[in-house]
Amino acid sequence: MTPDEVVAELRDGMTIGIGGWRSRRKPMALVRAIVRSPLKNLTVVSYAGPDVGLLVASGQAKRVVTGFAPLDSIPLEPHFRRARQDGTVELTELDEGMLHWGLLAAAHRLPFLPIRAGLGSGVLEVNPELRTIRSPYGDAQELVAMPALRLDAALVHVNRADAAGNGQYLGPDPYFDDLFCLAAERAYVSCERIVPRFHGPPQTLLLNRAMVHAVTETPNGAHFTSCVPDYGRDEAFQARYARAAADPETWREFAARYLDGDEAAYQKAVTG
Amino acid sequence: MSGEPTRAEVCIVACAEAWRGDGAILASPMGLIPSLGARLARLTFAPDLLLTDGEAYLVDATGGIEGWLPYARVFTMVAAGRRHVMMGAAQIDRSGNQNISAIGDWKRPEAQLLGVRGAPGNTVNHPVSYWIPRHSPRVFVGSVDMVCGVGYDRGAVDLRVVVTNLAVLDFGTPERTMRLRSVHPGVEVADVMAATGFPLAVGDRVPVTRTPTAAELDLIRTRLDPAGAREAELR
Repeated sequence: MTPDEVVAELRDGMTIGIGGWRSRRKPMALVRAIVRSPLKNLTVVSYAGPDVGLLVASGQAKRVVTGFAPLDSIPLEPHFRRARQDGTVELTELDEGMLHWGLLAAAHRLPFLPIRAGLGSGVLEVNPELRTIRSPYGDAQELVAMPALRLDAALVHVNRADAAGNGQYLGPDPYFDDLFCLAAERAYVSCERIVPRFHGPPQTLLLNRAMVHAVTETPNGAHFTSCVPDYGRDEAFQARYARAAADPETWREFAARYLDGDEAAYQKAVTG
Repeated sequence: MSGEPTRAEVCIVACAEAWRGDGAILASPMGLIPSLGARLARLTFAPDLLLTDGEAYLVDATGGIEGWLPYARVFTMVAAGRRHVMMGAAQIDRSGNQNISAIGDWKRPEAQLLGVRGAPGNTVNHPVSYWIPRHSPRVFVGSVDMVCGVGYDRGAVDLRVVVTNLAVLDFGTPERTMRLRSVHPGVEVADVMAATGFPLAVGDRVPVTRTPTAAELDLIRTRLDPAGAREAELR
C-alpha cells in the first residue's frame, strides 16, 4: 500500500491514534497524506508533536486528545498554540499517564481502568465527562475511572516491517505504538524498510501481524521527527517549520513548497 | 577553587538538596539548574539516585548506560511512587497548586503553555519539588488558572521544596502552606515577600541558604557545567 491508499481507508469524523512521542518516530508520511486528503472532523489521540501540528494547521483535527504538544527542542508546537489561542481546535487535556491508561483499557477491551492521576486536578474540571470510582476493597480509595480510548484507526511508524505486518523498532523506546495498534479497529504501519527477515533481538519485534492491517514502506517517512538509528531529528528543518508556522503567509509558502505535492515530492524538496 | 559562588551555583546546590535522603529513586529534574543539582547530588551526598539521559536510558555518574527506562516504565515508576520530580511552574499558589497548561480561560487561553503533561499524576503519587528561575508575583499567585500539579489542599502527597532565584520555600506550616525556608545570600526577606503574590509564612529568623562547598563548586565548574550555561537560566 502507498500512504495515499492507507488514507483512502479513513473516513471523516474518525478517532485516529498516532504513535511516536513528541517529535520522535512520528508517522509523518501518513500524516502528510492525510493533509493532502479531503478528510475532516478528525479526533486525534497522540503524545503530540508535529503530527498534531500539521493536522491542526490543515483544519482537519477537530479535537485533540493529549497532555502536551512540544517539539522536544522547541517547547511548544506552534500550530497547536495558535489554534488553542484562536479557539479553532477542541482539546481533551489529559495527564500523560491517563492517556496511557486509556489506551491500555481500550487494548484490553475494558470500559475503563482506575488510576490516581487526575485526582484533585483541573483535568477533571475541563473534562466533566470523567468520573471517579471507589475501590470495592477494604482500602475504599477514590480513583479516576479512566475511560478506554478506543480508536477507529492507528497510524505508527517503525524502523522495519515485513510484508505480513510484523514490525520492529530499533531505537531506544517503543513509546506506546503497540497499544495504539491494539486500541484501534484498524492499525496502519509505515516503516523505513520492508524486509524479508528481521535481524536483532526479539524484544525489538514490537508489532505482530495480528495487530496490524496494512504496511506501507516510507523511507525517511518520520522526517522531520527522529527515527533513530536510521536518522536523528532534522533540527534545521524543524526550526524552519516552526518559524514558518508563526505567520499565516510564511506558512502558506511553506505548505506550497513542501506539503502540496505527494510524498515523493516532499522527500525531493527536503533532501534536494 | 577561586571566586565567590554565583547565584546560579547557590541555586544548583539548593536544588541538589531537594533530593537529599531520597535513596534509589528516579530523580527527574526539569530545566538546566535542577539537572545540574540532581547530578551534583548523585556525585556527592545522594549516590543512589537514578537519572536518565532524557531518552530511554538510565545513565550512571560517568554517563555509562546502567539501565533501560522507556516512557511506559517511567509511568510505572510514577505510579509506584519511586520518583521525585522537580518541575517548573508558570503559576503556583500558596498550597502548591501549579499551572503549566494555559494562562487565562482554559477554553480559549490567552497563552497556551506546555499542557498538564504528567503534573497531575506526579503530585498524587510521589515527591514533587519546583524550580522557579524568576520569582515574581506573576508566578506566585493567589490562585492558578488551571490546576496541573495539585497542591496540599487538593491531595498532593509530598510537596518538598520550591527553589527560586531568590529563596528556598517549603510547606512547613500547620496548614501546609508555603513558608520561607531560607533566602539566598544577598537577598532580603522583604525582597521575597514583595515578589510573592500571596501572604508567605515567615519565621522570626530566616536562615541564609547554604553556599556550595569548595568541592561542590569544583564539581559544578569543572565537571558538570564547564561551559557556564547555568548563568543564562537566571537571566
